[in-house]
Amino acid sequence: MGKVIVVTSGKGGVGKTTSSAALGAALAHKGDRVVIVDFDVGLRNLDLVMGAERRVVYDLVNVIQGEAKLSQALIRDKRLETLFLLPASQTRDKDALTPSGVETVITELKRVFDWVICDSPAGIERGATLAMRHADIAVVVTNPEVSSVRDSDRIIGLLDAKTVKAEQGERVEKHLLLTRYDSNRAERGDMLKVDDVLEILSIPLIGIIPESMDVLRASNIGAPVTLADARSAPAMAYFDAARRLAGEVLPITIPGEKRGIFGKIFGRKAA
Amino acid sequence: MSIFSLFRKQRSAPMARERLQVLLAHERASSSSDLVSVLREEILAVIAKHVQLDSDKVHVKMDRDENVSILEIDVEIPLDAALQAA
Repeated sequence: MGKVIVVTSGKGGVGKTTSSAALGAALAHKGDRVVIVDFDVGLRNLDLVMGAERRVVYDLVNVIQGEAKLSQALIRDKRLETLFLLPASQTRDKDALTPSGVETVITELKRVFDWVICDSPAGIERGATLAMRHADIAVVVTNPEVSSVRDSDRIIGLLDAKTVKAEQGERVEKHLLLTRYDSNRAERGDMLKVDDVLEILSIPLIGIIPESMDVLRASNIGAPVTLADARSAPAMAYFDAARRLAGEVLPITIPGEKRGIFGKIFGRKAA
Repeated sequence: MSIFSLFRKQRSAPMARERLQVLLAHERASSSSDLVSVLREEILAVIAKHVQLDSDKVHVKMDRDENVSILEIDVEIPLDAALQAA
């Protein structure tokens, strides 16, 4: 049985889709079978970020409403043969997602894939709650900025209340992914530091993605950043985060900080 | 002018951190208070089926910590009601 990961944040524009694509590609890169499901019905973008926008025929809503088979809606990535995408519908509204339909699709995907990554829409409405509903693991994407941290706190509360795991008295494994981090600005005192965000949200850290031109460049060309330039700083940070998701214990490095500061690099425990 | 530029240079991250801590402490408490009032009503209804009691004597409190939430229920039952039930 595969594991279900929800990539969520509450706030929009913090990097959910970028992170879903990058982590999915990183996991598929090491041979795992991965599907990324776009839950943003009406405003799909994962197809575009992954460069598959012209190959969408059927979508999640078609599958849920019985208009297409799951196998017809899945799009195989052109670069990695173990990476698949299940696009959202662009034309319907979010009410087209039904709880039982989503459950059926997720159950079927779990049987075939090692990882089912649910790319959540922003907000706390139906699309977002359905994306997190069946999650085993949650990646909470947060920018070091007040509104993003506040919304993440709200989402963490929902993960503890509105998921199947929570209702069964279990816990969704929650991880913080700090994105668009600028260590220079944090060092100057103009941006919340890693430790500030960790202390406020009190969930373990799975990675720090530096603010970088490489992220925009990757989406411009329609490739997950981990495939566009695997040696770039954000790509390496995503590769490490993916390895931690898979259970490896790695020290977390703060991108942009000099490697000489051993205390900072090795003093921090991985999630 | 120099005094103003000194103020402008003041670091903003500590303020962000402090504002968030205050706000979230408040929001966390209020989001669970809905639950607390629902619990209070339902607990009261269950006990009232068997024992006559004063609704002011039921206290429900929720404490949230990093790792655990503690639900504290304090019900004061009048002596004669307790005897009736026994």
